[in-house]
Amino acid sequence: MQEITPFHTAINDLAGLAAGIHKNSGKIIGYMCSYAPEELIYAAGFHPMRLFSSKSDISLAENHLQAYCCSLVRGVLEDSLAGRLGYLNGMVFPHTCDSIQRLSDIWRLNTNHGFFADVIMPAKLNTPSARAYMKDVLKKFQTDLETAIGHSIAPEDLKASICLFNRIRKHLARIYELKSKFPSIIREKDLFAIVKGAMVMDRKELADRLENIVQRLEQKDPSPSSAKRIILSGSICDMPDIYSLIEAAGGMVVADDLCTGNRWFEGQMDEGIDPLEALTARYADRAICPAKHSGNTLRGENLVRLAKDHKADGVIFAFLKFCDPHAFDFPYMKDFLDKAAIKSLHLELDDQQQGQGQLSTRLETFIHMI
Amino acid sequence: MTDTEPQKDKQKIKAAKRMREIMTAYYMDAMTARENNKKIAWITSGGPVEPLIAMDIIPVYPENHGAMIGASKMGEDLCVKAEEMGYSSDLCSYARADISCAQINGGPIGGLPKPDMLICCNNICGTVLKWYEVQARHFKVPLFILDTPVCHTEYSPEIATYVRRQIDDYIVFLETATGRKLDPDQMVQVGHLALKGQKLWQKVLTTTTHKPSPMSAFDAFFFLALIVTLRGTQTAVDFYEELILEMEERVQAGISSVPHEKYRLLWDNLPVWYQLKWLSKKFSDHNACLVADTYTSAWCSSIKYIDENNFLDSMAEAYTRIYLNNGVDKMADQVLDMIRLYDVDGFVMHSNRSCKPYSFGQMDIMNIVREKTGIPVLMLEADMVDPRSFSLSQADTRIDAFMEIIKQKG
Repeated sequence: MQEITPFHTAINDLAGLAAGIHKNSGKIIGYMCSYAPEELIYAAGFHPMRLFSSKSDISLAENHLQAYCCSLVRGVLEDSLAGRLGYLNGMVFPHTCDSIQRLSDIWRLNTNHGFFADVIMPAKLNTPSARAYMKDVLKKFQTDLETAIGHSIAPEDLKASICLFNRIRKHLARIYELKSKFPSIIREKDLFAIVKGAMVMDRKELADRLENIVQRLEQKDPSPSSAKRIILSGSICDMPDIYSLIEAAGGMVVADDLCTGNRWFEGQMDEGIDPLEALTARYADRAICPAKHSGNTLRGENLVRLAKDHKADGVIFAFLKFCDPHAFDFPYMKDFLDKAAIKSLHLELDDQQQGQGQLSTRLETFIHMI
Repeated sequence: MTDTEPQKDKQKIKAAKRMREIMTAYYMDAMTARENNKKIAWITSGGPVEPLIAMDIIPVYPENHGAMIGASKMGEDLCVKAEEMGYSSDLCSYARADISCAQINGGPIGGLPKPDMLICCNNICGTVLKWYEVQARHFKVPLFILDTPVCHTEYSPEIATYVRRQIDDYIVFLETATGRKLDPDQMVQVGHLALKGQKLWQKVLTTTTHKPSPMSAFDAFFFLALIVTLRGTQTAVDFYEELILEMEERVQAGISSVPHEKYRLLWDNLPVWYQLKWLSKKFSDHNACLVADTYTSAWCSSIKYIDENNFLDSMAEAYTRIYLNNGVDKMADQVLDMIRLYDVDGFVMHSNRSCKPYSFGQMDIMNIVREKTGIPVLMLEADMVDPRSFSLSQADTRIDAFMEIIKQKG
C-alpha cells in the first residue's frame, strides 16, 4: 500500500525526518514514555518526538549505566553522548520506572539538548489526591514550556492540539479495529511502521495520512485469513522483525497491550471541558503501564478481556530484559491467561540482540502449537 | 595478623547481645500477634511507621527479612524458587526471596507472620510498588501506597501538597483497617520518640568520626535493624542511648573496630549480606576500616525536615526527601559531605544488581567524587542477597589493587 511508504521512510531515517522538521523552523522535544503529554508540547509549538535506541554498540553510556540497565535506556543515552541526537531541542522525562528516573538525572548532568523538564507524574493513579496531583504536574509542565517559549500557550491552541491528537488516536484505533476484523488487511511490518511513524512524524501531516489509510482500508475487500490471532503484551516493541516473524510463522497481530501501541493511543480526550482536566482524565484512565498502580489486578483483567474480545489464539509477552515493572507483572498475568485457557509465550527483548534464528524458532513453535 | 582471644573479646561490641534479645522479642511479638488480638502491617523500609506504632499495629519489614535471608546465606535457594515461579533473575533479590518465602514459609525464621495490611512507600524504589502488589494478591489484604514523587531537583509545592494529602488518606486507611481512631496524643508521643531515635542513631554513626573508629559500617549494618523496625518506640531510644555510651567508652579506652586502623573508607549502597564477614576481614587485613556508609545514614538523613511539634505535617517532607529519592547530583553532595566529615581515604561502591535506583547514577557520583576529592574509588559488582552475582576471587583481587593505590597515596 503506497499510503504507508512515507511511514517506512520516516522511521528508517529519523535524522532526515528531523532535518525536515527543522527546515520548517520546527523545534523538536524528545520523550521516551507514553505518559509524555504530547498535547502540551505540541500546543507550545514544539514537535514531540519519541526516541528509540539506534541500537548502536554501547561504549560511551558504559561510563554512566551498568550492564544490568535495559537496552533502551542505555541505547538512548549512548545516542545522545555519541552526538546522534543533535536534532533535539529539548527532552522531557515523565516519571515512570527506576531506570528512566536515573536516566533523567544522568541526562541533565551530562547532555545538552536545550529544554529539559521532569514531569513527575504520580505512581498511583486511582485516588482523588493522585488525580489532583497529576493535574498540578501538568500545569507545572505547561508553565515550564511557557517559560521556554516566552509566552503563554493560548487556550485555543491547546484545544486545537487536543483535537488533533484525538484525530490521530481515533484513526489509529480504527486501523487496529480493522486489523482485528480482517487480519490480512494490512501487513505486520506495515502496522509496525504506522505506529512507530505516528510517534515521530509531523502530527498534522500524520493525521491526514492516517485518515487516507483508514479510507483505503475501508474500501478494501480483504480475503479471509486462517492465520493464528496473536496479541502482543509488553513494553516498547521496537523490533520490526518480531512482527515479520509472527507473520512468517503463520500468525497475525490482532491487538496489543504495548507502550508503543494501544496503551499510547487508546481513549479520547474530552474536547468540551477544561483542557488540563481532559488531559488528567485521559492519562489517569488509559490502560496503565506496569510502573503505575491502579488496583492490583487491573492489567491482568485487561489482558484477558483484550484476548477474549479479539478472539486471540495466543498472547506473546514481549518486553525488554531488565524491565522490572513488566517482569514483576508477568507471572500473575500469565496465570490469569492460563486460567482463561489462553496460551502465551514470553520473549525477553534486547535492542542489542544478535541473530533472529532462535526467536524465529520459538515463534514458529508457539504459533504451530496454538 | 592474628589477634589473641582476649583482644578479640575486648573488640566485640557488648550491646550486640542486647540487640539480638530485642529483635528476638520483636519477632516473637509479631509471631504471636494474632493470639494477642494485634494487627500486623508489612511495611517498606523507608515507610512511615510512626502511625502504625501509635495505633498499636505491629510493623513487619520484608526488607529486614531479606537481609536476614541474605546473612544466613539462604538467598540463592529462595531466589531460585521465585525464578521457578516465573520471576526473572534480574529482579530485586529481596523481592524474589520474600515472594517465594511467603509461598513456602521458608527462610531463617520459617517465614514472616502473615499481614493484615500492606504499607508501601515508594521513596526507595519503584520495585516495592510491584513487590507489594504481588503480596497483596497473594495474601488478599488491603494495600496502601504512599506515593512520594522523586525530588530530582526540588521538593516542589505540588509534591508537598500531594504527599501531605496522602498522610490523611493513610490515617483513614489505618482507622478503617483497625476499626479504631488514631489517638492524637499517642501520635505526638510516637513522633517525639521517632525523632529522638533518629537523632540518637545519627549520634551512633558519627562516633566513627573519631580516629581510630570505635565501630565500622559492618556494625552499623547490624545495629540499623532497630531504627528501621522499632523507630518511634522507647525501646529503640533506650538501646541507642546504651550503644552511644558504649561507643564513648570505647573511644576513651582506645578500642577500635579495626585493630590497627590506618585507612578509613566510605561504603555506598546496601551491604553484601552473605559476605559481611569476609569483606570485614578483607578490609581489616589491610588495616582499613569502613567508617561510614550512605545506606545506614539514610535513616537519619531527613531529620532536618521533621518538626517535632507538628509531626504528621512534617513527615510528608521527611519521607519524601530521603537520600534515594533525590537527584544524583544531590546524592553526590551528600557523599562529598560524608567524605569530609569522616575524613576518608577511599570510597567503595557496591554496584548492586538488585537495586537500580541506588546503582544507576553511581558512576556519575564516582566521577564527581574523583574530580572533587581525588580519593580512589572502587566499584564492586555484587548483589545484596543473591550470591550468584558475586565473584569472591575477583573482589579479592580488586580490593587488593584498590588498597595498594590508597597505600601509595597515603
